Amino acid sequence: MTTKADQPADLQYPSGSEIIAAIKAAGVKFVVSVPDIVTSDGLLWPLSSDPELKLVRVCKEDEGVSICGAMSYNNTRALLLMQQTGLMDSLNAIRAIGVDYQLPICMMVGLQGKEPELKPEDSASYGVRIIEPILRAMDIPSRLIETPSDIAYIRNDIEQAYRSSTTFCFLIGRSPTP
Amino acid sequence: MRRDHALEILKPLVDEQIVVAVYQTLFDWMVIHPRDLNYVATGAMGQASSHALGLALANPQREVLVFDGDGSLLMNLGSLVSIANAAPANLHHFVFVNGVYEVNGAHPTPGAGKLDFVGLARAAGYVDALEFTDIDLFEAGVADFLARPGPTLAVMHIEAGEPYPRDYAYIHSAAARESFRRALAAD
Repeated sequence: MTTKADQPADLQYPSGSEIIAAIKAAGVKFVVSVPDIVTSDGLLWPLSSDPELKLVRVCKEDEGVSICGAMSYNNTRALLLMQQTGLMDSLNAIRAIGVDYQLPICMMVGLQGKEPELKPEDSASYGVRIIEPILRAMDIPSRLIETPSDIAYIRNDIEQAYRSSTTFCFLIGRSPTP
Repeated sequence: MRRDHALEILKPLVDEQIVVAVYQTLFDWMVIHPRDLNYVATGAMGQASSHALGLALANPQREVLVFDGDGSLLMNLGSLVSIANAAPANLHHFVFVNGVYEVNGAHPTPGAGKLDFVGLARAAGYVDALEFTDIDLFEAGVADFLARPGPTLAVMHIEAGEPYPRDYAYIHSAAARESFRRALAAD
């Protein structure tokens, strides 16, 4: 696994605290998660002690798809935080509950194994390269979050997902700083 | 006990609660007690308990009942642990056990006749778990079961009853989801 110390010095990383602030600004009250090493230090640990967010720890990511979908019926906003392996493992639930049922499943997915300096499609990791094409095949919009400026889109993307009752996926391409 | 007989016993006890049901139990329940607070759109097999957890956490003022199946719950056993960890006092989990995948050809479930769902629920951390093998005992005990704080689990050893129609088109329809959404907002 590459570390930040191995990367070019001019790479920028997103701020975990700013991502959490954007999530809260979008009205998210629950975060449902299976831990992911990409987002562990910068997102999951800080939000696990954030008094404004309720963390629901689940054993498997497809549970989270159902939980977020069920919560949406009274407009309780939730975010499913996981790794791309969990996304892959949950595709049928996402297909049924998010896409077929047109529910606002908002996902934030750490791309474990993605090289910070490369785009997902250029990654040497097959498991990373296939994520965006799979989301496109499922008509699920996504946004890559890997620089500080990307964070500005998070609030609106979540709000739009709930307004339009559609599923949305953030892809975390570089580990957020704590 | 026959599943539809057990559901008839549950009917007068269900008013303002959300009911999340699956497969043949859902189809039976939709005929026996049709109501907009029946949550029918679980989408993927095994997910009823997780939908119920989301509903219970987002609607803490309302009781949530899950009418799960043994084959369904076997697909999502981890949800027992997730539910116990979240500890919603308003969630009551019924598992209708018949030992087969009834709507998928009636093939036996793994562990049929040996698996102990009560033991699994207790080990996962449910507040209480018990089983009903007899319709009279169920009728005598179900109100008390529902009065206990959750998460609780009741195993129901059942056999099929009337062949109620399997209305898949309705449970996956936008109309069903909208009816539930409106009923939830009606308070």
